[in-house]
Amino acid sequence: MEVIRHLFWLLVFPGFLFTVILGLYACWIVRKVTALIHHRIGPPALQPLYDVLKLLGKETLIPEAANKAVFIWAPVVGFASVLLLAILLWAVDFIPARDNGMFLGDVIVAIYLMVIPSLALILGSSASGSPHAAIGTAREMKLVMSYELVLVMAFIVVLIKTATFHGISDSQNDAQLLSLSSIAQYTPALSISGLLAFLAALLCVQAKLGFTPFDIPEAETEIAGGVLIEYSGALLALWKLAQAVMLVAFPLFLVILFMGGIGTGFGSVLLGLGKYVLVLVLLILIKNTNPRMRIDQTVKFFWFYCGPVMAVAIVLAMLGNYYDKWWL
Amino acid sequence: MNWKIWSLKKSPWVFHVNTGACNNCDIEVVNCLTPKFDVERFGVTLVGSPRHADALLVTGVVTAQAAPRLIQAYQQASKPCVVFAIGACACGTGIFRTGYHVVGPVDKIIKEVDPNAIIAFVPGCPPKPEAMISGIVKMLNAL
Repeated sequence: MEVIRHLFWLLVFPGFLFTVILGLYACWIVRKVTALIHHRIGPPALQPLYDVLKLLGKETLIPEAANKAVFIWAPVVGFASVLLLAILLWAVDFIPARDNGMFLGDVIVAIYLMVIPSLALILGSSASGSPHAAIGTAREMKLVMSYELVLVMAFIVVLIKTATFHGISDSQNDAQLLSLSSIAQYTPALSISGLLAFLAALLCVQAKLGFTPFDIPEAETEIAGGVLIEYSGALLALWKLAQAVMLVAFPLFLVILFMGGIGTGFGSVLLGLGKYVLVLVLLILIKNTNPRMRIDQTVKFFWFYCGPVMAVAIVLAMLGNYYDKWWL
Repeated sequence: MNWKIWSLKKSPWVFHVNTGACNNCDIEVVNCLTPKFDVERFGVTLVGSPRHADALLVTGVVTAQAAPRLIQAYQQASKPCVVFAIGACACGTGIFRTGYHVVGPVDKIIKEVDPNAIIAFVPGCPPKPEAMISGIVKMLNAL
């Protein structure tokens, strides 16, 4: 019985199936809200599902110049890692934190899992042997380089805030400090440094999702789909599914880190859903009110604007920690 | 109905190929995506690569320069992929019929490489967006 319960938990709810369905629904929300902003009607609710079904039914072409193994396995690895991240985050939300018993993964694991989809995209597109994809790959690499530092700095702010909430005296063990379930008990976004970190992390997630203004690697009007140009059929469907699951995992990660997670119980689940939708709508609004930036502008933006702001936020958080002021 | 065809009807992604049009048809093609017509209601999306496309929207007479590119774009598209000849020029070379650079209408060029290709004609100079949407609907019903 126990085994069946765990398998159900992993595969159906809130595991793989639920995450994918929620992701496709989130995809629809993105397209629908975009359409509403344009004063259009927009696609029907099942449109992302139709898209994926259609792609699964189409012919899958592999270019002659491609490195077949990498080309085929990259979307599988990207999809698997982002799905794993989503499962980890659901576990943090729905399994109550135990003292020191179970390992539920910490921020470090999540950071690594968040990088793998981008790495898989870089590998897959560079294996496709297309000059457009090569440009897209170069841009994706620069993009990862530019936002990753800021994202990690934002996480450091969260960790310092968590230490503050825990109280300086009982910094019992570091594992407790890094664990996502203990971070999920606090809301750093209510403090000044936490809010700054949240905004910066939001922009990083925007770049991770490949949304405008950071859709530089995919830039359909100039490099014709860039990183995804050679993908077709079932492999493209896998990428679309990976992007759908990213739409669940990354905003959920921000909710856990900055807004106190989702928790159990009817009320807190509703509240958690509200937080998730808030983050999603913020991402969509940024997407629809900004034109695409150039890659050099993006690197400059993240390193020379977001970077110093994050440094200030870290200093503020440490001052808050030292003087025991939670709002700093 | 076959689920592949059913889902294809629900989300036809289109790729736009200009084989020597005067840009008039192209403007009208883009017009279909604007709030007034909004073909995304039917799942139609403009994609950047022929690999992703379910339909090629070809505008303009096929010139000697463009013919090999059109064939290449058609061969690169993952099948099933249909072809729309949009505008008088693409349907039957129009007023450029006797031009020295004209190889032929779109259907002739595509049929050279794939005799079984599904080709739809949307005449007009340029065709109205309504005409294009009606062409898409007729094509999807014929699949």
